[in-house]
Amino acid sequence: MVLFFNILSDAFVYGMVLFIISVGLSLAMGLMKVVNLAHGAFAMIGGYIASYITQDQGMSYTLAVAAAVVGAIIIAVPMERLLYRRIYGTSELTQVLMTIGITFVIIGVANFIFGPTLKTIPLPDELRQRVDLGFRTMSSNRVFIAFCGAAVAAGLWYVIEKTDFGIKLRAAVENEKIAGSLGIKTSVIFSVSFALATGLAAFGGVIGAELLPIEPYYALTYMVMLLVVVCVGGAGSIGGALAACLILGTVDTVARYLLPSYGAFFFYFAVIIIVLMFPNGLFGRKLNV
Amino acid sequence: MSSRIRLLGALSALLLGSVAAHADTIKVGVIGPMSGPYSLYGQNFQWGVQAYAQVNGKTADGHDVEFVFRDLPGVDPAKARALAQELVVRDGVQYLAGAYFTPNALAIAPLLQQGKVPFVVLNAATSSIVEQSPYILRTSFTMWQNTVPAAKVAIENGSKKAITIVSDYGPGVDAEAGFKKTYEEGGGELVETLRVPLSTTDFNPLVQRIKQSGADTVFAFFPAGAPTLGFMKSYIGNGLKEDGIKLISTGDLLTEPDLPALGDVAIGTQSTYHYSASHDSPENKAFMEALKAVGADPSKVTMAAVAAFDGAKLIYEMIDATDGEQDPQKAVDAVKGMSWESPRGPVTIDPDTRHITQNVYLREVAKEGDTYMNKEIRTFEAQPDWGLEGK
Repeated sequence: MVLFFNILSDAFVYGMVLFIISVGLSLAMGLMKVVNLAHGAFAMIGGYIASYITQDQGMSYTLAVAAAVVGAIIIAVPMERLLYRRIYGTSELTQVLMTIGITFVIIGVANFIFGPTLKTIPLPDELRQRVDLGFRTMSSNRVFIAFCGAAVAAGLWYVIEKTDFGIKLRAAVENEKIAGSLGIKTSVIFSVSFALATGLAAFGGVIGAELLPIEPYYALTYMVMLLVVVCVGGAGSIGGALAACLILGTVDTVARYLLPSYGAFFFYFAVIIIVLMFPNGLFGRKLNV
Repeated sequence: MSSRIRLLGALSALLLGSVAAHADTIKVGVIGPMSGPYSLYGQNFQWGVQAYAQVNGKTADGHDVEFVFRDLPGVDPAKARALAQELVVRDGVQYLAGAYFTPNALAIAPLLQQGKVPFVVLNAATSSIVEQSPYILRTSFTMWQNTVPAAKVAIENGSKKAITIVSDYGPGVDAEAGFKKTYEEGGGELVETLRVPLSTTDFNPLVQRIKQSGADTVFAFFPAGAPTLGFMKSYIGNGLKEDGIKLISTGDLLTEPDLPALGDVAIGTQSTYHYSASHDSPENKAFMEALKAVGADPSKVTMAAVAAFDGAKLIYEMIDATDGEQDPQKAVDAVKGMSWESPRGPVTIDPDTRHITQNVYLREVAKEGDTYMNKEIRTFEAQPDWGLEGK
């Protein structure tokens, strides 16, 4: 039983990191119909900024998280205006080629400026404690990650379901032309959503750095996993992304605990089964990209 | 008269010119990861070679030595072979050096006999590489070489039950075998051996499993980079240290450039390795000075730099012994059994295996001022490659 809770708690934390990073990608794919392969690169930018602020400037972790989110958004918004806007509604191939190109540019620049070594983000003392959960001890950082994941899920649900912005957003997703003709400025909605998606990626990149370490090839290493989460959950669905992250996080963690030498076999096996049963993802609708 | 002088001048100029054209330049091809995630180690190859030229000049026995670098970012045997072939056939190199990854070194080996080219392996650490061709020499290390002392330390510290966790690839399997053999011979019981994919970064579930295995010691090996950091964080975060489960590893988990990233959590962690940038000897001090002179960043110096430095020494010696002629057998024979004082300590090229025999040190992570270092606390003298020794 202790073992069961052990695995479950690790799986939950891992799933939450995946969720925070990938929910933005899910929104971008569902909403703007853009396959943004550079999403992982924005998480990486967040990680690099946070590492720079804490390691090189010696400033606090809180400030680093804030700077990472804001910094990534500052970099992303002009990109959305100048580059992404051109590829909305074009073929997947164009989108994939351009966004993978952006990823390579970001990797190259990060390598050039910060060097090829691993970057870490030192945690404040509060996040270095070990918390006794009754059945096991866990680092307070992991508890914090779980809490952040839940907060992001709740916050996004609230914004999308309960606010004015959320209504416009859903309308734009449903039918961009009609939403536009009703006076909703869809281009502004898209920009704000893109910024939100990027900010979440950066946030996830920073707080999840202990599980998915920041290194120059971060953007490519974890991109497959993020895309898988979106496919399994269904593009554009917060609940879907959450469910996918928790299911896949659990499968991956259990497999790693019980049968480590099988590697990612069970992870992808689960993906194949789910996608066969739900071709549009757990909570997805058919994508008309 | 004056026309005669002019003629003489012209003649001598011609002669000088022809001499200069004939003065041989011996080319050495170095293949390593100059770009990509492992570029730090390619850079270290470059620094090590340049540092040697800095100290000993760019000529060996009157022959100019020119190093030609080629980029091979990852594990890619086909490209390794193509690059080596190109270097030998088109660029006319007389010596090859490099190879960060084992599969790349293995792919180059079959070319050596025909190309009549000795090959100095500067990293790839699987024991069997030197057996692939009589023209292969190695100045780096092997997993067995560094792992056997680690198992000895565990036994001497009173460990009864151990568990191993390694990356599931050639060197990881070698490390597991090396630890298992020595540990069991020492009377310990190996309760479990875990092999994990190279891409693993979240080690929490695995560390939980180590915790429940009932072992008092865990031996770990992963290649330097993301997995080592993830493992160290999970090891600390799950309280294994407090529970009395000791960690012993090879130095790959604790390379100097990664130590600042690990931070204070790593202090006191023990590992066994053949080189630490903080090794206290006049040779190492001179080496570090030479590295700085060629523009190296001292905080990024790793075992790859010292392997390249000693590899360059071997190549200079071989050029010397053959007087610049292409005679691979004579060249290799000339350095067999050679001993010298390397920046890492006394070393010998084993005449039978052509692998480097060297000291392996037990080190402990320490912090002096703001710098983290691997402080050597014990020396295992003249360790051969234990993986080949048993055969």
